[in-house]
Amino acid sequence: MNQKRLVLSGNEAIARGAFESGVKVASAYPGTPSTEILENLSQYREIQAQWAPNEKVALETAMGASFGGARALVVMKHVGVNVAADPLFTLSYTGLRGGLVLVTADDPEMHSSQNEQDNRNYAKFAKVPMLEPSDSQEAKDFTLTAFEISEAFDTPVMLRTTTRVSHSKSIVVQEEPKTPPVRPELVKDPGKFVMLPANARKRHPVVEKRMKDLAAFAETFPGNRIEWGDRKVGIITSGISYQYAKEVYPQASYLKLGMVHPLPAGMIRSLAEKVETLFVVEELDPFIEDQIRAMGIAVKGKEAFPLCGELNPNLAEKGLKGIDALRPNEPIQGLPPRPPILCPGCPHRGIFSILSKLKLFVTGDIGCYTLGFLPPLSAIDTCVCMGASIGHALGLGKALGPEALGKVVAVIGDSTFLHSGITSLLNVVYNKGAVTLIILDNRTTAMTGRQDHPGTGFTLQGDETTQVDLIKLVKALGVKHVKQVNPYRLAETEKVIKREANRSEPSVIISRAPCVLSRRDRSAFGEAYQADPEVCRGCRSCLRIACPAIEWITEEGADREGRKRKGRASIDPSLCNGCSLCAQICKFGAIGEGHAK
Amino acid sequence: MRNNSVTNILLVGVGGQGIIVASEIMADTFLEAGYDVKKSEVHGMAQRGGSVSTHVRFGPKVFSPLIKEGETDILVAFEELEAMRYLHYLGPKPTVILNEQRLNPPSVSLGKDRYPENIADSLSRSAARFKKIAGKDLALRTGDIRTLNIVLLGAVSSFLPVAEAIWTENILRRFPPKAHKANLEAFQLGRKA
Repeated sequence: MNQKRLVLSGNEAIARGAFESGVKVASAYPGTPSTEILENLSQYREIQAQWAPNEKVALETAMGASFGGARALVVMKHVGVNVAADPLFTLSYTGLRGGLVLVTADDPEMHSSQNEQDNRNYAKFAKVPMLEPSDSQEAKDFTLTAFEISEAFDTPVMLRTTTRVSHSKSIVVQEEPKTPPVRPELVKDPGKFVMLPANARKRHPVVEKRMKDLAAFAETFPGNRIEWGDRKVGIITSGISYQYAKEVYPQASYLKLGMVHPLPAGMIRSLAEKVETLFVVEELDPFIEDQIRAMGIAVKGKEAFPLCGELNPNLAEKGLKGIDALRPNEPIQGLPPRPPILCPGCPHRGIFSILSKLKLFVTGDIGCYTLGFLPPLSAIDTCVCMGASIGHALGLGKALGPEALGKVVAVIGDSTFLHSGITSLLNVVYNKGAVTLIILDNRTTAMTGRQDHPGTGFTLQGDETTQVDLIKLVKALGVKHVKQVNPYRLAETEKVIKREANRSEPSVIISRAPCVLSRRDRSAFGEAYQADPEVCRGCRSCLRIACPAIEWITEEGADREGRKRKGRASIDPSLCNGCSLCAQICKFGAIGEGHAK
Repeated sequence: MRNNSVTNILLVGVGGQGIIVASEIMADTFLEAGYDVKKSEVHGMAQRGGSVSTHVRFGPKVFSPLIKEGETDILVAFEELEAMRYLHYLGPKPTVILNEQRLNPPSVSLGKDRYPENIADSLSRSAARFKKIAGKDLALRTGDIRTLNIVLLGAVSSFLPVAEAIWTENILRRFPPKAHKANLEAFQLGRKA
């Protein structure tokens, strides 16, 4: 067999595992930390790897493939499962034909998320088995195992990663792909796939029996193993927490769980009976701990480890041994923070500088533009979930009545609008909301690393496809007032925003300019701008657009006319790409096109 | 208590400086040199000019992909302020490689915060071995400023028990042929600095 050792991320390993499993169809919506799985799968032309507009559609597509007898993979970040939950819960009832694996990539610590929900709860809630790898080799192996379990038990299988498994790299042995045991064909089986009440009532007991069978299987599943060591301390753990515990307490006895739902009660009892103190090391919820307590077994868990945020080897050591790390140096307090920031030349900057200037209440959404929240722009007032900006604006308008007119706008990205904004905008039209929606159309899914979507004209695998026309789409929903603006023209854009915000009917402004990092639409900028030290008055207006290329230089001085100033603006030519916003904002004409980069 | 057979390398800096590529070459190199290796960083929002840190660990057997605070053997700081942000990760006898470059974070650009002074001095006091690298100047000598990360990789390579040929082979594998010359030169400039 052709074997090759590579250093792979958990995400790359899952993609490899899906390929080796003979997956035929894979669907996902991008979301950190899951995005790279489909990106890596897209290299295999024998697999139909696709971006879906949202996670619900992605799962339904995978279900169709599975009902047709093909192995199917569906991938999403933790909050994506909320969107896909509707089909998931009933898929648990229908079961399937080709194996179906749903990857949920959770984000403890919220490195790039709005909450840190623990999706192990979904496995219990939807009554489906869940595997949890602790490194990249397991990420690959468990993907293969998940397909086998899926077909053997006629159930979808969830594969849960966390950011530290998805984005850490470790050594993986690659193998050749296998041919799945099932073959794609059309087979009618309405009793199984048509979930009318009469059929669903018959399927529910099947689900309950399946969970019992899976609990028995968990006792012999090789991914669950006891590692005997010192009998003073026993540790039950899974996923990345296993690695942290092994790092700081290698000599303890372990029950290392590869399957976190259902749990192997027998193995848990065998370990518990033979050790003096039993710990559960797990991130976020006491998911395993609560079930062990319900078995009547004494265990130390959340009294020793935090409920919030991710674990790390320091927290594992503190919880298991009660000792703090020995650090020759303490963390330095008060260092200037370095948060992520809108790129130089970002098309969102112009819009947010206007919204900030007009002091509007801005209902926001999920994407790069959420960074418009940060000072000095400070121009996002709500951000909760994909598509929520539109509903928030409608609800605010209905609650406040005419008082809200001219004071509220909603902003949403193109990809987010297509994900879950369309029905919300339909609701605005239907319920006669005076909502003004700005669609920040940068022609990509920027925050997750620039993925294609139905508005870009390209598929994940690089094929040209039909491109949705946003103007026609919003008009078809019944919006009568639709304006397209160039966000690099500040005065014009400001005028449009003011006018539309004061309209008592639904209106949409499409701010259209490609992401500056776009590979496809290289923007026309080029020449860096320069702030003339002879002309700059030190008024700081240009700093308010939060461009990383503009720097304040504190130095007492004066301009050419001898007007005193406390400092001046300076533009870093290696960062500036000549978008011209600062030049438009400067009232004194101090900024202009400078030397070529 | 710590597992002394594992070497902990922490790379810190700012999104866009090429830290992740450098750490990937490192991980591939350790694999080829026969070690177990793990590395970890967070993607996503980090690419928007934010603070970036990558943990690389190698040895006979590595469990955690994250380094414990107080146990970093080698710190490679691509940017001065970022070195200070991770000072508590330094072990008792660390090697510190500092790229002499200051990139202002937004609050400093806005004139609200001051960029800390005397960073090199305080770092050298915490380090058993300390090396300053004029990374930007060296990278410019290759004709491509983007080779900064490979200059720093060269600098750290001189402290690591891996044959030079394995390093250069993994650097070549990472880049298209037209970038080979500049990156090999960058590696040598860093290694000899």
